[in-house]
Amino acid sequence: MRGFGKYLLWVYAGMALTFLMIPIVYTIIFSFNDSRRTNIIWRGFTFDNWTSVCDAQDVCPAFMNSIIVAGVSTVLATAMGTAIAIALVRYRFKFRQATTLLLFLPMATPEVVLGAGLAAQFLQLGVNKGLGTIIIAHTMFCISFVVVTVRARVAVLDPALEEAGRDLYGSPNQVFWRVTFPLLVPGIVAAALLSFALSFDDFIITNFNAGAAVTFPRFVYTAAARGIPAEANVIASAVFFLAIALVLATQIRGAIKRQQLAKAG
Amino acid sequence: MAFGAFQTAAPAATAATPASQRKSPIALWLLLPGILYLILFFVTPLFSLVITSFQEPVPGGFMGEYQNAFRFENYVTVVSTYFSHIGRSFVYAFLATFFALLLGYPIAYVIGVKLRPYPLWQSLALVILIAPFFISFLLRTIAWKQIFADEGFFVGILKSAQIIPADAYLTGTPFSVVFGLTYMFLPFMALPIYTTLEKLDLRYVEAGGDLYANPVTVFRTITFPLSLPGVISGTLLTFIPATGDYINASRDFLGSTETAMMGNVIEANFLVLQNFPAAAALSLILMMSILIIVSAYVKRSGTDDLL
Amino acid sequence: MAGEVSAKQFAEAGADLSLVNVTKRFPGFTAIDDLSLDIPAGSFFALLGPSGCGKTTTLRLVAGLEEPTEGRIVIGGKDVTDTKAYQRPVNTVFQSYALFPHMSVLENVSFGLRRRKIADAEDKAREALALVELGHVANRKPAQLSGGQQQRVALARAVVNRPALLLLDEPLGALDLKLRRQMQLELKDIQSEVGLTFLHVTHDQEEAMTMADTVAVMNLGKIEQMGAPEELYESPKTAFVATFLGQSNLFVGEVTGSTNTVVSVSSGGYELRVPSERAVAHRGTITVGVRPEKVSLHQSKPSVDANRTLIGPGRVVDASFTGVSTQYLVEVPSVGEVTVFAQNTSLGEHAKEGDEVFLSWSVEHAFGLADTPPEEERFVDDTSTGSVAVQEREKLEAELEEA
Repeated sequence: MRGFGKYLLWVYAGMALTFLMIPIVYTIIFSFNDSRRTNIIWRGFTFDNWTSVCDAQDVCPAFMNSIIVAGVSTVLATAMGTAIAIALVRYRFKFRQATTLLLFLPMATPEVVLGAGLAAQFLQLGVNKGLGTIIIAHTMFCISFVVVTVRARVAVLDPALEEAGRDLYGSPNQVFWRVTFPLLVPGIVAAALLSFALSFDDFIITNFNAGAAVTFPRFVYTAAARGIPAEANVIASAVFFLAIALVLATQIRGAIKRQQLAKAG
Repeated sequence: MAFGAFQTAAPAATAATPASQRKSPIALWLLLPGILYLILFFVTPLFSLVITSFQEPVPGGFMGEYQNAFRFENYVTVVSTYFSHIGRSFVYAFLATFFALLLGYPIAYVIGVKLRPYPLWQSLALVILIAPFFISFLLRTIAWKQIFADEGFFVGILKSAQIIPADAYLTGTPFSVVFGLTYMFLPFMALPIYTTLEKLDLRYVEAGGDLYANPVTVFRTITFPLSLPGVISGTLLTFIPATGDYINASRDFLGSTETAMMGNVIEANFLVLQNFPAAAALSLILMMSILIIVSAYVKRSGTDDLL
Repeated sequence: MAGEVSAKQFAEAGADLSLVNVTKRFPGFTAIDDLSLDIPAGSFFALLGPSGCGKTTTLRLVAGLEEPTEGRIVIGGKDVTDTKAYQRPVNTVFQSYALFPHMSVLENVSFGLRRRKIADAEDKAREALALVELGHVANRKPAQLSGGQQQRVALARAVVNRPALLLLDEPLGALDLKLRRQMQLELKDIQSEVGLTFLHVTHDQEEAMTMADTVAVMNLGKIEQMGAPEELYESPKTAFVATFLGQSNLFVGEVTGSTNTVVSVSSGGYELRVPSERAVAHRGTITVGVRPEKVSLHQSKPSVDANRTLIGPGRVVDASFTGVSTQYLVEVPSVGEVTVFAQNTSLGEHAKEGDEVFLSWSVEHAFGLADTPPEEERFVDDTSTGSVAVQEREKLEAELEEA
């Protein structure tokens, strides 16, 4: 009985992690399904979906739209967010509390409210909804996440490094670009990746503010009623593999370093 | 959604050496673009919502045409019509949060504490934990819908093993909606808890054992309290989005008309019925309730450094 | 029974501890090698040794925080090898304090009492805090205390439980001298008052000798010598003990003759004599040692009788005035550097650098060792594997911070 209890936690964790993977594996498998209209029943294995992804109508344009939107909003959100993060950590200014609150609220507000609010505003201003409004919306909610990510990075940056730069005759400009910025880059990259992922996968806010424009998640949602084509699974799986490869690479690199550390210590 | 927000407990950044903080006009230039943007596209929309919520239909106008007014009845109508939806949203969100905590804490514990001697496995387990983020959540939900489908393999087995009656169905039930919500937010709950547990100094656990506390007591008095910041983050990150979610409860996914939540109703009113005032009123009710619950929760648990 | 954790009551007296052929192996190295130790109940026992000698591992094995690879651990007559830490009547004062950060000082100190459901836990905790002069910080959190205060709280937290066996892991390191003396006396008082058994692990020999009834010097996973502090100091049995515990002048030489009472050794051209009972070996190459404070410095050649050894002339290479004594380094040709501690019993009259002096000591103060002194270096070699590992580690840690 005692021996059993010891392993209970491990068994549970193993089951839980497997459980997390079930829909992912399902989606990937069904991207190889020889489906016709609907991808609900397994008919047979085929690579066709992968080789002719864009044959299914609307899938690729939707995917491209998502990429464009994510790209643009990432650039905008990362730029504005990084600036705010630096200001928050390194400078004193009035209304600090208000600023922090303003940054926190979008993360705490349910997406329906954010989406409906923006849509209401566009409605009142008589602005036509389309890719542009989607980009505006995405940039808005990404800023807060960028700030949180970069801020964590700026906070652990040793101010002594910048002081050393100044001590060694660097002008503020030089110190920033040659000392501060390079050290911040990993954090900025992480924030940008996060922002891109959030924007790419966003549905609710997008749905309220898209008008006729179709992003990939929107496409999937509307297709859900009649039947999602296997090509959508292909795109999602491809994105998944890419992202996992990236993450695995960084994690394994970090883990190897930690193992070296454990041995050396 | 809230991926980065689990960098809990801003790394003692409150002690970010205020001495090295300078007062400078540069701060203003750094802040201006972002803050202006947020004011323009976050704050003002909220005001738009408020204004819209009080509007009345233009007499003799088309569907979707409204004019400004002070129609408080909008709120009353909306609450009475959608009372059950509002209630359901909070109940489902609460259940999902509860199960996510129950299921997610042990995962976080195993990865953050038990796997510490094996960094490679720890990294792998972490990757599996965040893997769901990398594939469209819509497709994940559809996957569960198909797995739970009446004609599906899985349900077939349950029925032939007589675990469930032959005429039962799993989709379109509160069970499937809560299930979907729990699954969707499990990583959101587990990750912040993992972050705090990962930093847990195991020497406290040793000291507890040395002082006559058995493993269960050690967990109750030492481990869990020290992981509380992560638990709070995880709970908030799960509960807040869950109340407004409408994918899981949607008819096309895991729900049915009987399981509709607030989000479904807001969407329907806004995009289909074009009843903007109703949608706006509902949105604001949702937002206010969340703010009240969150501030009560946070005040009691005492983490005010949320960012 | 002293061997069990009695709920609701304190142990009535200390328990004895026995380690029976205990070995602890970690992947890659052996921390403790076939160690056997008996500590009688009610004694104050110090385990003394340099870093890495295995003393902390021994402590953790007794506390139940590690399991021995081989061997048994017996507390109060009961074999506790297979029990867990919380089942043993043992408390530890940790080197890192390990004060629970989310509890107040009072809650920390009363933690063990509450677990054992002892009545008036809070009052007893306050008493313990008063003992370490920290009654006024009872409601603060550990993070708000200084290092020295935290250490005292850690002490109180362990001691308040009056365990049958108390383990102390370098408990007084962060305290200033005055407070350390005070705590040393307090600990001795507590220990003797209730008759608890204390096992104190430290690298500070002065502390070990001041507080302990019995000292065991440990090196590389083994105990080199064990006994009362005075015995260890005046009659070391190995070169390690002779140089780790205080300082020694060691002279390596060949035995030229031995009788019932005396062993004669030829070293550096001098005949050094050691009482037979104070020599570990009586033939071959042995090491003769004498403590610096036992050596007398003469500014002119004295006449000595048969029970004194005389060497010299030598030249004073260094003279340091340390208040209580003056420490001389005297270079004696063909012998080497000899350290002399001369108590300053009079004003003035010190030998100075460059003076020619003679050294003598009483034969009965000398001791004989079977092994030769370890290599001595002035500075720790930066290329030693130990420091390379440390540097490598620091580099990796820095890189990880970036990642």
